[in-house]
Amino acid sequence: MAKLTMVQALNLALREILREDPDTLIFGQDVGKDGGVFRVTEGLYDEFGEDRVVDAPVAESCIAGVAVGLCLRGLRPVIEMQFSGFGYHAFHQIENHVSRFRTRTRGRYTCPMVVRMPYGAGIRAIEHHSESRETIWAHLPGLKMVIPSGPRNARALLRAAVHDPDPVVFYEPKASYRAFKEEVPDDPEDFPIGKAAVARPGSNVTIISYGASLRPTLEAADELAEEHDIDAEVIDLQTISPMDTETICASIEKTGRAVVVHEAPRTCGPGAEVVARICERSLMYLEAPIRRVTGYDVIMPFFATERYFIPDSRRIVAAARDVVTF
Amino acid sequence: MPRRPIQLPHRIESLSILDSEGNADPALDPKLSPTELKKLYRAMLLSRRLDERLLRLQRQGRIGTFGPAMGQEAASLGPAFVMKPNDWFIPSFREPAAMLWRGWPMDKIILWWGGHEYGASVPEGVNDLPICVPVATQCLHAAGIAWGCKLKGDPSVAFCFLGDGGTSEGDFHEAMNFAGVHQLPFICVIQNNHWAISLPRDKQSKAPTLVQKCIAYGFDGIQADGNDIFAMIVAAREAADRARTGGGPTLIEAVTYRLGVHTTADDPKKYRSDEEVECWKPKDPLVRFHKYMVRTGLLDDAAVELIEAEIAEEIRQAVERAEKYQPDPMDSFRHTFAEMPPSLAAHAREFLESMAALSSDDGTEQPEPRQLADA
Ligand SMILES: Cc1ncc(C[n+]2csc(CCOP(=O)(O)OP(=O)(O)O)c2C)c(N)n1
Ligand SMILES: [Mg+2]
Repeated sequence: MAKLTMVQALNLALREILREDPDTLIFGQDVGKDGGVFRVTEGLYDEFGEDRVVDAPVAESCIAGVAVGLCLRGLRPVIEMQFSGFGYHAFHQIENHVSRFRTRTRGRYTCPMVVRMPYGAGIRAIEHHSESRETIWAHLPGLKMVIPSGPRNARALLRAAVHDPDPVVFYEPKASYRAFKEEVPDDPEDFPIGKAAVARPGSNVTIISYGASLRPTLEAADELAEEHDIDAEVIDLQTISPMDTETICASIEKTGRAVVVHEAPRTCGPGAEVVARICERSLMYLEAPIRRVTGYDVIMPFFATERYFIPDSRRIVAAARDVVTF
Repeated sequence: MPRRPIQLPHRIESLSILDSEGNADPALDPKLSPTELKKLYRAMLLSRRLDERLLRLQRQGRIGTFGPAMGQEAASLGPAFVMKPNDWFIPSFREPAAMLWRGWPMDKIILWWGGHEYGASVPEGVNDLPICVPVATQCLHAAGIAWGCKLKGDPSVAFCFLGDGGTSEGDFHEAMNFAGVHQLPFICVIQNNHWAISLPRDKQSKAPTLVQKCIAYGFDGIQADGNDIFAMIVAAREAADRARTGGGPTLIEAVTYRLGVHTTADDPKKYRSDEEVECWKPKDPLVRFHKYMVRTGLLDDAAVELIEAEIAEEIRQAVERAEKYQPDPMDSFRHTFAEMPPSLAAHAREFLESMAALSSDDGTEQPEPRQLADA
């Protein structure tokens, strides 16, 4: 067991993957000598060389489109969009080809690639570097959308994403990259994709979150317990698509109350899908209306005022108390 | 059925006027007036000193990540000198020298890097776009502006800037192609500073020059010494004359060098040698222009000292103004749509409540959001 940051844990996962499977390679801007702008690929170029840790030109469509070809030829690329804000340049390749090859060729060709992208606000980055647009990717059938929340599940989910037979968009919460350390087991572990985790068991209210928002959610749960005598269960979705209805609804059927938290804008955000699933399956268990604590439906502002637009534990505590005292 | 070489109609030249000792080639010298030369020198120095100030502000945590333009001042200032007020300037993010020349208030530039939309709100009366972060996307906007000018019978020209890395993006090629087909008043300046973060120029493209890409799109181009203010002015002037007389687009490759970090978040020691940087230092555009100005008797130490003092004061005042700026976080709601839909107004009210709660239970100072009614 070592205590690692998320950056170190992702680096570990990539190192393991490159060691285990000679068909894997990393392809993205500045992933080589530079080790990635966030140092996630640090040292990998030295260990695996320029044919397996490959610097891309400044062309995201090139990265994704070429990766399709690599997949078709039997390789397993782990590609990087330097920031999720530039992943849209690759959108047409991902929507029109990555997500569809299996279906349209009836399984003859597949694209088992992983598309890593740092996302989210909170690091005082410049314009276009702070958005949370997981919904865009989660909306594409044939594509899986995974978001880790801490070092341990980052490592285990990234491994699982690479091992998955289908394409995975892997959003990395950059505000959590170095924010805290966590014990990461020495032995490799894969966490199942499509499965949520109970990050904190509880009985009075279920708070569902993921990614960068999990930390303020857990802080809120502590505060609810210490100051308001409310025992919150926290669910970490881990996979946005395909979403784990079972874990969510089992918790709701126990607590009867729900709050959903994410940094992405509210309209059509992942929270809308969570609420819909709860209503479809567990409406009769609900004791109170569900509340969403999310980003507002605005463009994430430049960083000087961004903190007011990121859900914090205060807003989560207030919503949970409303739901519990309804 | 012979097999023979194809004659392409476009030739590529390279242009350099000022040598590293500050001597201008008399046959090519654009022969600017002493007043123009002094103005240009001051503008170049201003951009350099602002860069240095912003680097310090970043280190002190007073602005965010900052991308300096150090060493590239001539590459954007030359074309800016040629632009008319009604021309359109479509920058990337390493053109502060041109922005200042065009009349952008310095505090806006500081505030852009300080994390405020105010820094992207284009001053009235200036036909410019704000700093553009998504690499090369602005090239298509420039092509569209040039097309719009043509459609409206407006004689203005669109000057677009991007980096060597940007030439790998599809948007650059699509803009070039479109501008060529429609013979648009479009001038594209590639600031080839030899690096795209950690990727060297020769890994970006196998082509021996970047300017030769213009041939594929059917128009002229020129490779200019981007650290030579005169070469940049002459190249841009020829391009502008062509564009204004219906001769279509031009691609200018400004050969320059990124003397500093990519941004303050970058550590170039990981990927490039100090020797390489040292080799470029004598070619610094400011050093060369300074030598020229001294050699021609337009400047002496006392004059430079005076300009330095003026510039220091100008920057000090701009920083002071910038740091007094008070953002209104409600602006994010106000400027989402022309009219705020009810669902967004509900979010705005929720936001105001959250801000009010924050001010009451958190001792720190918060910006004061103006209520919705003031919108
Ligand atoms: C579409 C897009 N992809 C990636 C980035 C991240 N990024 C910012 S600058 C840069 C390198 C750009 O190199 P170049 O075009 O040569 O400009 P320079 O930074 O050298 O001025 C990259 C990859 C971005 N801003 N936009
Ligand atoms: Mg460059």
